[in-house]
Amino acid sequence: MFYREAGVFKTSYAADMALYPLPATRWWLAGLAVLLVVLIPVLASDYTLSILNLILVAVVGAIGLNLLTGNTGQISIGQGAFMAVGAYTAANLIIRAHASFWIAIPAAGVMTALVGAIVGVPSLRIKGLYLTVATLAAQFIIEWIINHITWISGGIQATIQMPPPVVFGYTLHTQAGFYLFLLAFAVLAVIAAKNLERSRYGRAFIAVRDQDIAAEIIGIDIFRTKLIAFAISSFYAGVAGALYSYYLGIANYEQFQIDVSINYLAMVIIGGLGSVSGSILGAAFITLLPVVTRRVLEAAGGLFGAGLDVAGIIPELRLCLFGGLIIIFLVAEPEGLDRLWRNVRTWFRTWPFSY
Amino acid sequence: MPDDLTFSLVLVCNGLLVGLMYALIALGFVLVYKATEAFNFAQGEFVMFGAFIAAGAETALPLWAAIGLALGGMVAFCFGLERVVLRPLLGRPIIAVIMATIGVAALLRGVATLAFGAGTRAITLPIPDDPFFLGPIMLPPIDLLGAGVSLVFLAVFTWFFLRTRVGLAMRAVADNQQVAAAMGINVQRYFALAWAMTGVVSALGGVVWGALLGVDNQLALVGLKVFPVVILGGFDSILGAVVGGLIVGVVESLSAGYLDPLVGGGTKDFMPYVLMIAALMIRPYGIFGKRPVQRV
Repeated sequence: MFYREAGVFKTSYAADMALYPLPATRWWLAGLAVLLVVLIPVLASDYTLSILNLILVAVVGAIGLNLLTGNTGQISIGQGAFMAVGAYTAANLIIRAHASFWIAIPAAGVMTALVGAIVGVPSLRIKGLYLTVATLAAQFIIEWIINHITWISGGIQATIQMPPPVVFGYTLHTQAGFYLFLLAFAVLAVIAAKNLERSRYGRAFIAVRDQDIAAEIIGIDIFRTKLIAFAISSFYAGVAGALYSYYLGIANYEQFQIDVSINYLAMVIIGGLGSVSGSILGAAFITLLPVVTRRVLEAAGGLFGAGLDVAGIIPELRLCLFGGLIIIFLVAEPEGLDRLWRNVRTWFRTWPFSY
Repeated sequence: MPDDLTFSLVLVCNGLLVGLMYALIALGFVLVYKATEAFNFAQGEFVMFGAFIAAGAETALPLWAAIGLALGGMVAFCFGLERVVLRPLLGRPIIAVIMATIGVAALLRGVATLAFGAGTRAITLPIPDDPFFLGPIMLPPIDLLGAGVSLVFLAVFTWFFLRTRVGLAMRAVADNQQVAAAMGINVQRYFALAWAMTGVVSALGGVVWGALLGVDNQLALVGLKVFPVVILGGFDSILGAVVGGLIVGVVESLSAGYLDPLVGGGTKDFMPYVLMIAALMIRPYGIFGKRPVQRV
């Protein structure tokens, strides 16, 4: 948090490459771990936990999209469809093969990664806007396929019931149980993405985003890198989709339509492109937006009395806020919440001698 | 066999008419892309908003005034949008503009429902309801009107871009902003003008589509048809918007007629996108689009 390095004392490459180079960061992380793992499940109410659970699912999906859109620069409006692929893969494995989540969730990820890589194939020929439109088409086509092939979607309503996951003999019924389950996946997703970012592939992603021709000249296979980015991003999306339908108890394609894809893009934009912590902040922000809107309006509605039909305008107001905030962030702070957070930190770090 | 042929003919004719109405929406998209290279994801919402203004005003004003108000409102809105949102985003990566227009889309949906209510409104145009018959082919007047408006716009814009000084300046801006600025063209003003023209097209598109489908939030969904149309025709070609619209309309109509019974419905919304993927793989810059020199 708010502490300063006294200098650079690194004596080995291992120290230089450490994810968290300062002891203070590690202490702060340990404190955060205690808060997240011990305190919150014990102290928080079921309602709070249910919101946190939604945020955790969104974190996994947003990190995946950010790897593709933020780090590699390939804009995707297909995240919702990818999540649907993961959800239905997991659901079918569970229903047909009675797979446990140990198999179902990785399998959902792998299946979605394959689909994502196929969607990424047009990047061989097209880039930028054209690729964006191709992912939009993928969204509609995947949605349609899932909806119309009953072998996948399990019937008219395209809904498959999912039994709760069984972890080491415990069946997860409570919000707190799900919270810990989802938290484990979210933490894994964060650590994996942080490590990926400083790996050979992570650097290649950024090189392709910043200047593709230069990247090609220094020996990066652009097409392969883009496909890998699509696959990894879709893996995350698939896992997020599987987790979400586990949490809901059903796999239903209506949970994964284009507005979901747009929500995820908004998380990435508002959080900060190309930043893992930005993805977390953005996921929390967008998930909390409707909740906070409702709370504030209900409080305000109490002030105005019965004259204002509060419940009726919440969805519209949420849309307005959603659109307005995206525009404000784009115009005023293009690097998102992550940048705002770093600004605050820098201010405290250098205080009181900020020059 | 003649029955079969008639059925096909009917489908093609309906497809062509609907296609021309798609072209009307796509035209608004192309105008902006051509001049400013901004990718407008809110085109459907523009049309919806124009329709809402017209429908809202029609309850109190005569039709011509309502349409005028919709035109004025959309032009003013587009001017403002360009000034407040899109101008600060000049020179930023394309995702910024894409997300900004997605944000505008969400905002417009929210505002439209807040201001005009969630119910479906109607726009009544002074045209007969009974369809014309051309042999076995049924031609609804509203479709004919939409197609006519679309063709008029095509003619007017073609004339405008090829024959007027302002149109020439817009083409120069579209071709190369820096050179255009060096030649003494006020690039920003022409950006604003392009958005204003989109406002005009969207407002009239809104009136026609609103009269056809009824005015509510769902009207914005016609905007999703814009992407196949402009990919097929080319992002920056006005003629392409019309040809792309015709292709999408016919493909939609034929797949609804022949494929839906086989696979159980919904192909209407899906086939244009399959077509679009094929177009992207074979000819991504569209049939009439400017072929960019770039590496992938």
